[in-house]
Amino acid sequence: MKDATVATTSPALPRPRRARRLDWRGTSSVVGFFLAWQLAVNFSLPGFTDIPTPWEVLVTFVRDFLFSANYWSSWLVSFQRVFLGFFLAQIIGIPLGLFFGTHATFRALVLPVFEMMRPIPPLAWVPLSILFWPTTEASIVFITFIGAFFIITINVFEGVRSIRPEHVWLARSLGAGTLRIFRRIMIPAVVPSIAVGMTLGIAVTWNVVIAAEMIASDSGLGRLTWEGYVSSTPTIVIVGMISIGLAGYLSTMIVDWIESRMMPWKQ
Amino acid sequence: MTTTASHPPEDLGPRPQTGGLGIANVSKVYDPEGRAVVALDDFSLDVEAGDFVAIVGPSGCGKSTLLNILAGFDTPTSGEVLLDGVPLAGPDLAPRPGPDRVVVFQQGALFPWMTVLGNVTYGLLKQGGVSRREAEARAITLLAESGKLDRIADAYPAQLSSGMQRRVEIIRALINDPRVLLLDEPFRAMDTVNKSTMHRHLLELYSRNRKTIVFITHDLEEALFLADRVIVMTTRPGTLKMDIAVNLPRPRKREMMASDAYLALREKAVFAVSEEAKRAFERGEREMA
Repeated sequence: MKDATVATTSPALPRPRRARRLDWRGTSSVVGFFLAWQLAVNFSLPGFTDIPTPWEVLVTFVRDFLFSANYWSSWLVSFQRVFLGFFLAQIIGIPLGLFFGTHATFRALVLPVFEMMRPIPPLAWVPLSILFWPTTEASIVFITFIGAFFIITINVFEGVRSIRPEHVWLARSLGAGTLRIFRRIMIPAVVPSIAVGMTLGIAVTWNVVIAAEMIASDSGLGRLTWEGYVSSTPTIVIVGMISIGLAGYLSTMIVDWIESRMMPWKQ
Repeated sequence: MTTTASHPPEDLGPRPQTGGLGIANVSKVYDPEGRAVVALDDFSLDVEAGDFVAIVGPSGCGKSTLLNILAGFDTPTSGEVLLDGVPLAGPDLAPRPGPDRVVVFQQGALFPWMTVLGNVTYGLLKQGGVSRREAEARAITLLAESGKLDRIADAYPAQLSSGMQRRVEIIRALINDPRVLLLDEPFRAMDTVNKSTMHRHLLELYSRNRKTIVFITHDLEEALFLADRVIVMTTRPGTLKMDIAVNLPRPRKREMMASDAYLALREKAVFAVSEEAKRAFERGEREMA
C-alpha cells in the first residue's frame, strides 16, 4: 500500500497463474490411490470381487478403445450436447438476466414463472422433454440447456443488481448517454457474474448430459458407461468414468480460458 | 455564528473565470414509507470561483446529499443551486450530471475493466470533439505531470494501491476541466501516512490547476489543512453551523499545524464539530432504543 512502489512493473504486468505442479506429496497421493485399488482387487476385499485392476483397465483401454472410432465418437457426441446446451443457455440466459435486472415491469411479469420452474432439477425434465421434442437428440440438448440456463440467468441478474450506482453516475457525469452506459459500463460490470455462471453451468451441464444419456440415449459417454454395466463388463464402466472425468476437466479448462479472455482486468 | 470568508490565497494561480457556486436555501426531504426525513434544511452557501471549500460534519448531516445535488445525481426538495449564475438544480429541474462537475467518491469508482489510460480518457471521448490519439496524449501528459503516473497508464485499477487509484481518479476528473471538483471523503479509508501523501498531491494539483473544489470530510484537521474555507454543518437536519475562513498561507506545510494561527482556528472549529458529533451520537442512541 505504499505510495510510490506500486505496480511499477508495467507495461507487461505478469498474470499470476494457478500453480498445478505435482510435487512429491501430489505424486505419492496419486500412486497411493492406484496401489490401494490394485491391492483391494488382489485381496478381493468386499465389493471388489468384480472390479478389474488398474492395469487391466489400461490394457483394455489401449486394446479396445484408444483406436476405436466408436469410442471417440462417444466423446464427440457428448461434447456436442454439452456445448450446444451450454451455448444456448448463454445466448438466452444472458439477455434474460439483463432484462430482469433492468426492466422492473418485465421482471414483475416473468420472474415468478422463472422462480417457479427453477427448483425443478434438470433430470426431472427428461420425460416431458422426450414427449415434447421430436428427436432424442433435441430432448437431450434441451435438458442440458435447462441445466445451465437457470444458473446463468440468475447470475447475470445478480450481476446487474450489484452494479455500483457510482459507476453509472460517473459515466453520466463524464458525458456518456444511456446506450453507451449500457455497452461500456453495464456489460463489463456484469461480465464477472457471467463468468461465475459459466463456471457453475459447465459443471452442471456435464452432470446432466451423462445422466440423460444413461436414461434416454443410445450414444455418448454416459451411454458407454451404462452399456458397460448392462453387459457386465466393469472394465468398460471404469473406462467410461475416467473418460467423463477427463471430458469435464477439459471443458472446465476451455471455459476458464474463455473467462480469462473476457476479463483481462482480473488478475 | 458565520464570518464571511474567502480571501485570495496569494501564491496560487489566478482565479478561474468560471466555477462560482450559489447554493440558496436548499432543502432535501426523503420520504420513505411516509416518515419524512429532513436530510438538508435550508442550506445556503456561496462559493467563489477557484475557492477550496471543505464541508465538515458528523455522518448523517447531509454532506453527501448536498454533494449529490451539486453533482446532479439528486434534486433538492426546495431551494436552488446556481453555477456561474445559471440554475443547475432545483425542485423543478431534472437532475443533470455533467463533465463540468465531476465527483470523486469515497470508496473509489474507477472502472475496473478499463486501464488507467482508458479511465482517464473516458470522459474526453464520450464528450466527443477529441480524437482518441489526442485524448490519450493529453492523458499521458497530465499523468506524467502528476508524479510520473504515466508509467502506470496500462495498469488496471486492481493492480494499484488505493492511494494510487484515488490519484488517478482525481486526474480522471480534472482532465475534463470541470468548473467544480466534488470530492466526497476521498481519503477516508486511508491511514495517516497515505492520507498526508494524498494531501500533498491534491494541493499540488490544486495550485497548478486551480478550480473550485468542494471537499466533503468528517476530519476537521484535514479540512483546515487543505481548504480556504471550512463549513461546519449541523447534524440532521443538516444546515450551516459555522463558516471559517482559513487564512493560512499557501503552500501549506505540515509544520503549519503547530502554528498559533492554525491552533486558534482549530480551537474555534473543534468545539462546534464535537458538539454536533455528540448530538449525532445521542440521536443515534435514541433511534436504536
